Amino acid sequence: METVPEPGSNVPPKKDRLQTKKKKPRRYWEQETTGTAAGASPGPPRKRKRNRELRPQKPKKNDTSKKFRISKKPRELKSPRPQRSLSGAQDPFAGPAPVSVEVVQKYCRIDKSKELPHPKTKTRSRLVVAEAQEEETSVRAARSELLLTEEPGFLEGEDGEDTAKIRQADIVEAVDIASAAKHFDLNLRQFGPYRLNYSRTGRHLAFGGRRGHVAALDWVTKKLMCEINVMEAVRDIRFLHSEALLAVAQNRWLHIYDNQGIELHCVRRCDRVTRLEFLPFHFLLATASETGFLTYLDVSVGKIVAALNARAGRLSVMTQNPYNAVIHLGHSNGTVSLWSPAMKEPLVKILCHRGGVRAVAVDSTGMHMATSGLDHQLKVFDLRGTFQPLSARTLPQGAGHLAFSQRGLLAAGMGDVVNIWAGQGKASPPSLEQPYLTHRLSGHVHGLQFCPYEDVLGVGHSGGITSMLVPGAAEPNFDGLESNPYRSRKQRQEWEVKALLEKVPAELICLDPRALAEVDVISLEQAKKERAERLGYDPDARAPFQPKPKQKGRSSTASLVKRKRKVMDQEHRDKIRQSLEQQLQKQEKAKPTGARPSALDRFVR
Amino acid sequence: MEKASLKAMSLEEVKMRRAELQRARALQSYYEARAQRKKRIKSKKYHRILKKGKAKQALKDFEKLQKVNPGAALEELEKLDKARMMERMSLKHQNSGKWAKSKAIMAKYDLEAHQAIQEQLARNKELTHKVQAASESEEEEEGQEEESEPLVPDMVNGVQIKANGLNPWMFRNHFIDAEEAEVQKDLEDPAEPEAQETSESEEERAVVEEETLLKEFEERRSLRQKSELNHMAEPVHRRVTKDPSSQEVLSELRVLSQKLITENHQSGKQELSSARTAQREETAREEEEPMLLQRPKRARTLDELEELGREGCVENKELPRTAVEGLQLEKNLSNLIGAPKEKKRKEQMIDLQNLLTTKSPSVKSLVVPMTVQELEDEEERDQRQIIKEAFAGDDVIRDFLKEKREAVEASKPKDLDLTLPGWSEWGGMGVKPSAKKRRPFLIKAPEGPLRKDKNLPNVIINEKRNSHAAAHQGQVFPHPFTHHQQFERTIQTPIGSTWNTQRAFQKLTMLKVVTNPGHIIKPINAEDVGCWSSSGSDLCRTEESKTTLYTSQKTSGE
Repeated sequence: METVPEPGSNVPPKKDRLQTKKKKPRRYWEQETTGTAAGASPGPPRKRKRNRELRPQKPKKNDTSKKFRISKKPRELKSPRPQRSLSGAQDPFAGPAPVSVEVVQKYCRIDKSKELPHPKTKTRSRLVVAEAQEEETSVRAARSELLLTEEPGFLEGEDGEDTAKIRQADIVEAVDIASAAKHFDLNLRQFGPYRLNYSRTGRHLAFGGRRGHVAALDWVTKKLMCEINVMEAVRDIRFLHSEALLAVAQNRWLHIYDNQGIELHCVRRCDRVTRLEFLPFHFLLATASETGFLTYLDVSVGKIVAALNARAGRLSVMTQNPYNAVIHLGHSNGTVSLWSPAMKEPLVKILCHRGGVRAVAVDSTGMHMATSGLDHQLKVFDLRGTFQPLSARTLPQGAGHLAFSQRGLLAAGMGDVVNIWAGQGKASPPSLEQPYLTHRLSGHVHGLQFCPYEDVLGVGHSGGITSMLVPGAAEPNFDGLESNPYRSRKQRQEWEVKALLEKVPAELICLDPRALAEVDVISLEQAKKERAERLGYDPDARAPFQPKPKQKGRSSTASLVKRKRKVMDQEHRDKIRQSLEQQLQKQEKAKPTGARPSALDRFVR
Repeated sequence: MEKASLKAMSLEEVKMRRAELQRARALQSYYEARAQRKKRIKSKKYHRILKKGKAKQALKDFEKLQKVNPGAALEELEKLDKARMMERMSLKHQNSGKWAKSKAIMAKYDLEAHQAIQEQLARNKELTHKVQAASESEEEEEGQEEESEPLVPDMVNGVQIKANGLNPWMFRNHFIDAEEAEVQKDLEDPAEPEAQETSESEEERAVVEEETLLKEFEERRSLRQKSELNHMAEPVHRRVTKDPSSQEVLSELRVLSQKLITENHQSGKQELSSARTAQREETAREEEEPMLLQRPKRARTLDELEELGREGCVENKELPRTAVEGLQLEKNLSNLIGAPKEKKRKEQMIDLQNLLTTKSPSVKSLVVPMTVQELEDEEERDQRQIIKEAFAGDDVIRDFLKEKREAVEASKPKDLDLTLPGWSEWGGMGVKPSAKKRRPFLIKAPEGPLRKDKNLPNVIINEKRNSHAAAHQGQVFPHPFTHHQQFERTIQTPIGSTWNTQRAFQKLTMLKVVTNPGHIIKPINAEDVGCWSSSGSDLCRTEESKTTLYTSQKTSGE
């Protein structure tokens, strides 16, 4: 279709065949395609050259591509020609559905803020192709948002009413039966304070009491999977990649059970573990121990990937950043350190509190970190490079446990009270002004987690387990291929295989997960240098300007020199101009923006 | 006499005696020689260090003396005072000397000369300055001053303070403003302070000054009473010292003792009723610091201040109020002094402190606090205990700053020293080549890129390269690209089905060549290639059929 020179040029098939016989180096598939292209409705005339640039290889030619061409520019969506159907009726909404630019922007991934060095024509064409592709895919993605049918829940007080005053009982009364069933209490006073963990699909719940009680259940149907007593103190409990495996940090060692409660492994290399974290995409189980070691265990092959000494005494505060799989550890000297298995030292160390750090939580976008310390403060930090506190709040007791929900709600457990703060939107930090919800429990909070894909907050405390309703906490739409709460056993097995195939190597964990899409500049430079050394000259260096030979006496030595000098001067001028601009910029930066200097300032030393 | 005694002794005794005398003489001559050698040393640095050492020693001695024998210490102070008087009577260290005059002429053109003069003036101020306030013995002396020292009336001292302190008008700007801010924080408008200042003219200032003076008097009185209790009947002796060298040492001592006194005050805050006075004291000290002191000295004091501030931090935990004040004070001082560079550094520190000490509003939740407290009174008490334990002794900020400094040092590129010890110089065990000899062989490491955490006082970012991750990154970029950023831009969009819709994924991963099943793919033969050439296409064009046109375009494009 693209090769059709004019609109309405119908090539008879017979001639076409003749041609192939004669001289054209025809590709075997072209016969059909030209036929269909010719048969297809004529597209608008286009410049051929540009067309080539866009598609260096043989482009596809059918109606979808044409459609896409229109949909590519969401702002020009008024399709000019209403197409006539057989009946003669006009399509009132001709063309593809409009897409809002903001949504498309969300899916754009090319960072256009960086200034590119001026590209050559060939390169530019590649860039244009890449950008076009990006736009296309993002438009498609934006369009598919139509499929996300569910909307997040919310809680709104009547005018002037504080939502924090609304009790759980009120909420349960107001919601439908199915949702009301999600609020429940398990009274388990016997086996001490409980830690709990939801599986990644949000369907299963595992909890472990300090006095050895371990249980796993499908908490929606309340079907118990297993219940055992490990006869040892349980420090923490966590599901591995699926609900079939369960890691329990016991007094001495780390144990792994299956969903029947059968002990599969006892990992003796992870001893005296206090906290567990599972990194689902890397299949890594991170354990923080009393001895001060952070150990990464690859659960897919059963090997210890890295054992890092944090050099900060007992580790009892740990969380993961779901965005980049970096582990955050809280220390008794008020710092929070960020770890990756590839580095022996912390990636970042942040001084957060004057006292020790009691709890750390990171939200699902990886932008905000909430910390609470012994100084009774609750702070929300910006994790995007600056690591500065965005907001802080003094709590009457200080929070011992923190958790972020999928939509950015922050829950804090203080004594036997749970406070929940909400932000404005999804990516905004929770505003600590007014709590969104509060709830008092029958015992002291020992573990907190929001259930994925359900508006539920699970609280483990000394009196058992409480499942709270928190409207608007979770992502309303789940990805059926990724974490499907309703999946069958077979589906789970399928998913397991796929997930294993897509396992991310542990050494790729770093602060910026998109660093993989960058070229390793240092080794590039190194290679360049070595090459130049080997060859004795730099092959990439720009050749000095050589004036073209001209005729009619214009190529005299003097004029050659003159031309050379001209070019040289031009370059020199450019250089100077650039440096001047830089200087100006610097000066502007250096200029204080504050009040005007006073004449008396000269006396100030 | 000696002869007589010799006669009286036996031969052996005489010999011994003589040997003794010889030894003594030899020692003396050695000592003299050494003293002369030392005197001849021209190195300014050496003398500076020597002087410093002496001053330190003197201060130490003084402290010891103060503890062991307060009376003697008092005498020392008297000595100081005497020295000051002598200095004031003489015209030394003023612009009247021959040298000073010549320098004064040069000062306009020569920066060094200018500085020298400034230095001398500063010295004069320092020497003629009264050791002020505080110290018990001093206070006592002050008490007796009226009877015993009619020569130097109190008034002179008062004037003196004003004359050589900072310009009170200037001073007020910073200090009192801060005070105001403290008192009426809520009233203050960030946009207004200048206007406010101008409108509320001198009367207010006068009032404030009076207040401060009054406070000073009160404080002195209380101190005096205390000291009188301690040293009721201490005899006061005076001794005139005219030795110029000792005078120098004394002057040093004076400056240091001032500091000591104020420091003492800081530590002994509880005695002084409120933290307020201490603050004032410190600023007063700042006031006393002669204005024209040269830079390095300033820097030193600043460092000390910093340390003081930190001490304040440690105290903070018990007395939050003082902490806040201390902070503000620090701010004041940083405003007051500090060349811009120092100021910057200072600000960074303050920033860090602010970061952790800023008072964040506390949550007011309707249900929570009361009942919780009822329920968990014990628990809370426990927690308080824990907090106290956590705060006891360890200064989190200082440790962190130290750690950061170490990290920065460790990440800096090291200089390369290519010195061969022993070349053109003596070598051997324990002999280090001098810095002068080393300099030409010292290859300075290029300054690395700026650290990412340079302006983030509360963060240490590891700058080490993650070589494991780098192994997964691309190390070359393909041909048409000339810069790695261009290439990066083309691979930034993910093509996997995880990140794309099914359709987009299919499109992105579509094969370039699709082979249909059942088709035979023949190798290229010569005819096809012949047709490739331009002449062939020209021939085709002669036919002027639409189809041929189509072909030629097609081929040229390929």
